[in-house]
Amino acid sequence: MSNARIQLPPRILEGDVFKVRLLVNHPMDSGFLRDINHALIKRNVIRQLTCTLNSQEVFRAEPTTGVAANPLFEFHLRAVKSGELYFRWVDDNANIGELRHPLTVLPANSSTAPKS
Amino acid sequence: MNLGRQMFAAFWLILGLGLILPDLHNTASAQQRQIPLDQLQSGLAFSSQEVKGLQLDDDFSSLSAHGIDKGAQLWNKAAGNSNKSCASCHGEVTDSMKGVSASYPAIDKATGKLFNLEDRIRQCRQKNQKAPPWALESDESLAITLHVNTASKGMPIKVNIEGAAQKHFRAGEKLYFTRQGQLNLSCTQCHDQQYGRRLFNDKLSQGQPNGYPIYRLDWQYLASLERRLRFCYASIRAELPAWGHVDMRNLELYLKWRAEGLPIEVPAVRK
Amino acid sequence: MTPMPKLSRRGFLNSCTKASLGVSVLASGSTFAQVDKLTLSGLADSRLRTFDEMVQPFVQFQTLKNEGVNLSLPALADNGHLVPLQLKVDSPMTEASHVSHIYLISQRNPVPLMCMFALGPWNGNAHINTRVRLSGSQMVVALARLSDGNFIYQTQEVVVTEAACVDNG
Repeated sequence: MSNARIQLPPRILEGDVFKVRLLVNHPMDSGFLRDINHALIKRNVIRQLTCTLNSQEVFRAEPTTGVAANPLFEFHLRAVKSGELYFRWVDDNANIGELRHPLTVLPANSSTAPKS
Repeated sequence: MNLGRQMFAAFWLILGLGLILPDLHNTASAQQRQIPLDQLQSGLAFSSQEVKGLQLDDDFSSLSAHGIDKGAQLWNKAAGNSNKSCASCHGEVTDSMKGVSASYPAIDKATGKLFNLEDRIRQCRQKNQKAPPWALESDESLAITLHVNTASKGMPIKVNIEGAAQKHFRAGEKLYFTRQGQLNLSCTQCHDQQYGRRLFNDKLSQGQPNGYPIYRLDWQYLASLERRLRFCYASIRAELPAWGHVDMRNLELYLKWRAEGLPIEVPAVRK
Repeated sequence: MTPMPKLSRRGFLNSCTKASLGVSVLASGSTFAQVDKLTLSGLADSRLRTFDEMVQPFVQFQTLKNEGVNLSLPALADNGHLVPLQLKVDSPMTEASHVSHIYLISQRNPVPLMCMFALGPWNGNAHINTRVRLSGSQMVVALARLSDGNFIYQTQEVVVTEAACVDNG
């Protein structure tokens, strides 16, 4: 339950509104489908997913069975200062998934020349 | 021998060879290729824009992302009494496994059986890693097969149907043309004769195997070719063979021969 | 004992669906707390909810306007298991005026609320992407709650095609 992928823009300047892409590995079993042996797969979906940045919750999603398996969440953040993005999610079986990713925010007047 | 006799012998020899050789060359197809090689099309060609987009547009949010990540992890994970990982013997997957997926199923020299890639990995895990093999269709089996496939991305399928594989090929071919199930349909009737036409909302494909294991949207999961074949059997109301049954392997060999030249697609998405 | 009325195949399958749903409701207890009475019958009979039924639980007595929300889903979804959904709500996203919550509501799914998002001025904008499940052709409602307590919304009809071979794995 702890596998997830995150994508951020390569360069984030202070003041930018940037996109955060998160892909969580989770079957999001709705409870309505059957497996290859014809047994009903019990419901198990992520109930809550939060993103915390520097101790502040900056995004929350509360999905239900209506969100597709291996859910993709894309949202935006205003870049204020560097820190650590901490994602946490809980599902019906009380499994907890986590992902930490550093957030580097460059000063607003940083050179836009490509790094050599 | 004088020149005259030499020429006489040579004439008959060449004629004789000329009669035999075409047969040797054509053991490959007792039946002609129903779909000529230049008309082969991957299942992607019959898929909707949405499915094409899901396969081609964005690597980050790929539906097989989990399988790909997990496969890479498993490749590097030490296992069993050997305490070796796949990487311990095989190094980088892109080097050591290049072209492997494109050439399976193949005869296993040790047992003489026809192995598909999943069988080969199971055997390697048991024999060389001294670890319990992953069950067919398990998450691990699907993930590691997907990972090995990445080394053959874009490479054309080419399987060997000579020698010990020949009887398997013949059996698979026969199965392909045999009517089965309560609906009394053979594979060829839909996938050679009716591909491109609609069955309710779905466009019938040629039934090509070049993307497996695929992410199947209907199952919300990765799926092997065997699982897909079993689903087809269920759809025509035929009795399902046991997992790993030689019929499935024979059919896979025939399908891969039929798909000669189609590139391995990884990761692949289908409806 | 009165003889059993003749049961058609459709009726039998319907009963099976209802029975298995009933069992799964009992078995899973609180996890189905969100299922309203409509949905148990909804799965078998495919009755669509009205717009009011969909939004009333959230909007209640606040104002509701059809503006400022840009909802984008494919008009024709090949597969209901995975339908990309893009949402852009117009808002300055300041402390004084921002989107506080977004609700994605389904007309036909067993569970009406597909996802709820909580946002704030720190997000910079109210642009969200996700992938939803749609059990059949229906209307999708994107409802946004603003920081002043009022609501704005947008709807879109999506046609979802069914698989040719109805599958149980």
